[in-house]
Amino acid sequence: MSRPVPGSGDGRPTSSSSSVPERQGGGIADFLAPLGGFGVTFATMFRKVLTEEYPEVKRPTEARYHGRHQLNRHPDGLEKCIGCELCAWACPADAILVEGASNDDTPIAEGGTGRFSPGERFGRVYQINYLRCIFCGLCIEACPTRALTMTNVYELADNNRGDLIFTKDQLLAPVQEGMLPSPHPMVDGMEERDYYLGKVTGSTREQEAWAHDHADEVASLESNRR
Amino acid sequence: MTTQHTASDPYATSSADETFAEGAAVFNASGGDWDDLVDEATSLHEERIVVNMGPQHPSTHGVLRLILELDGESVTETRAGIGYLHTGIEKNMEFRTWTQGVTFCTRMDYLTPMFQETAFCLAVEKLLGITDQIPERASVIRVLMMELTRLSSHLVALATGGLEMGATTVMTVGFRERERILSIIEMITGLRMNNAYIRPGGVAQDLPRGVYDKIRDTMPQLRRGLRELELLLVENPILKGRTVDVGFLDLTGCMALGVTGPILRSAGLPHDLRKSAPYCGYEDYDFDVITRDTCDAYGRLRIRIDEMHQSLRIIEQATAKLQAHAPGSPVMVADKKIAWPAQLAIGTDGQGNSLDHIREIMGESMESLIHHFKLVTEGFRVPPGQVYVAVESAKGELGCHAVSDGGTRPFRVHFRDPSFNNLQAVAAMCEGGQMADVIVAVASIDPVMGGVDR
Repeated sequence: MSRPVPGSGDGRPTSSSSSVPERQGGGIADFLAPLGGFGVTFATMFRKVLTEEYPEVKRPTEARYHGRHQLNRHPDGLEKCIGCELCAWACPADAILVEGASNDDTPIAEGGTGRFSPGERFGRVYQINYLRCIFCGLCIEACPTRALTMTNVYELADNNRGDLIFTKDQLLAPVQEGMLPSPHPMVDGMEERDYYLGKVTGSTREQEAWAHDHADEVASLESNRR
Repeated sequence: MTTQHTASDPYATSSADETFAEGAAVFNASGGDWDDLVDEATSLHEERIVVNMGPQHPSTHGVLRLILELDGESVTETRAGIGYLHTGIEKNMEFRTWTQGVTFCTRMDYLTPMFQETAFCLAVEKLLGITDQIPERASVIRVLMMELTRLSSHLVALATGGLEMGATTVMTVGFRERERILSIIEMITGLRMNNAYIRPGGVAQDLPRGVYDKIRDTMPQLRRGLRELELLLVENPILKGRTVDVGFLDLTGCMALGVTGPILRSAGLPHDLRKSAPYCGYEDYDFDVITRDTCDAYGRLRIRIDEMHQSLRIIEQATAKLQAHAPGSPVMVADKKIAWPAQLAIGTDGQGNSLDHIREIMGESMESLIHHFKLVTEGFRVPPGQVYVAVESAKGELGCHAVSDGGTRPFRVHFRDPSFNNLQAVAAMCEGGQMADVIVAVASIDPVMGGVDR
């Protein structure tokens, strides 16, 4: 079989493959070398299979894995998000929508809209579009309050666009032991800075009493928002 | 077939179709004898066929379209059609800050994300004039990540190349070994591909605890996997029959076409930017530039295998250097007006900015908070000018030409992707060869269309 090769008259490259320094193994080794692949095939039959049995067996990711986002709470249950939109600014894919609003300490019965986070502002609307998100993690690096973190949850597939835009209620972390669901007042005697200095360790009696007394108002606030 | 047709039937055969041009050969799909047909075709003395191969073809290495002119089984002319994976990355980068640009350029050649990131960051740092201020640890981490990426890229080159020649086992072995590397990369960056880990000024975060052990445990497994690949490939008579003297491109051809990487080194020129124009401290590592003089697909395959061994050597040296560093050595430039202001930490709530960093910016230092906001929203300003920085990617010389007009976003960023330039050689390699050798030649170029089209 002769193949014409452009630029060489005899149809063969001028430097032949014999000039390659091959392993010099002697007659028998040279003879057996082409059979090495069979050895690999044979030995593989006795090796552990590395196939991942997903979805039956779910391999945990590395701790740093960039998975689904989560909006965190302070130890007393107030939201950490202050609606500053830094995550949305940092996002190179324009996947995040934030609308901030002012916290309102006026009693809800008098038309107040409630306090959701310590300080002035909170994230009223928070959406992450997982059709746009590229999981680069710039948003969590941008967040100045550790409100936004990335978990290791990676099963985010769905069959329609609408369900892949995650809203605040889906992203917000669940209320844990010692927390009270927002809205509720800040810890008595604490200011915003104290939350970031780690002085708040959980909800107080006063906050619990407030939540107990104002449960109906909070519920009406939520139904009004809907 | 009927000659009677009405205006209401637009698909009816027109009478013009039935009057054939004088002397033209007519082939009917039904009736007659095959021998008659062949005789008729032979009498025309015309065996020239134009075949469109791709862009959706399993063995064209992605969405590459090849237009082949065939004379029987021989290829008389080859043209590469590209652009099917154009995503406008370079243009998009002009509308993002310099830091955000990393998340885009990492997606160009998706098998070598670290190289694009490093090339881009080196270019930005050169524009900023802070090349000397990059912490040594950041440079060593970059080298580590690049060599891991080189390994995984070469493994995919061999795996898909083998698959395209029909060797499924080579593919499974190659991807199995690559998985080990991706696991290390996932541990360090949090992502397997498209990492956006290397940033202007350093790297996103320091290595996690336990990564040295993981690398140390993986090295022997990788060596074993490479050994298996060598046993499967190097002396395999079928593989040698398919690759030796196939895809021939000598040094003159390489130089004329701007070809770099394993293809150039298979022509005997020991050109490797890690040696000839070191960056990231590559001059401090002990490794060899692999060359061969066969100028063919087999030589390139052997070069890739040997380069992986060299990469393993560099990874071991880089790991030793990193372990020698004092704990807490910086991985980001000290200049607070440039350094990306994140200190990530992992907690029960996932990964986010560390509570220490939060305490500093929100509770203690207004200056830090201002820097944080300025850098995230606006980014840093880069002095006007233009630079070209090149790194030795797994595929060849990967260059980044960055132009700044003094703003917080690039005026223009152009990447010289090695796959793009190397793909020029496809015609020179394939013309005059056999149809089946086209696949081998393209596999030996190892183009990644994400990088070619950008």
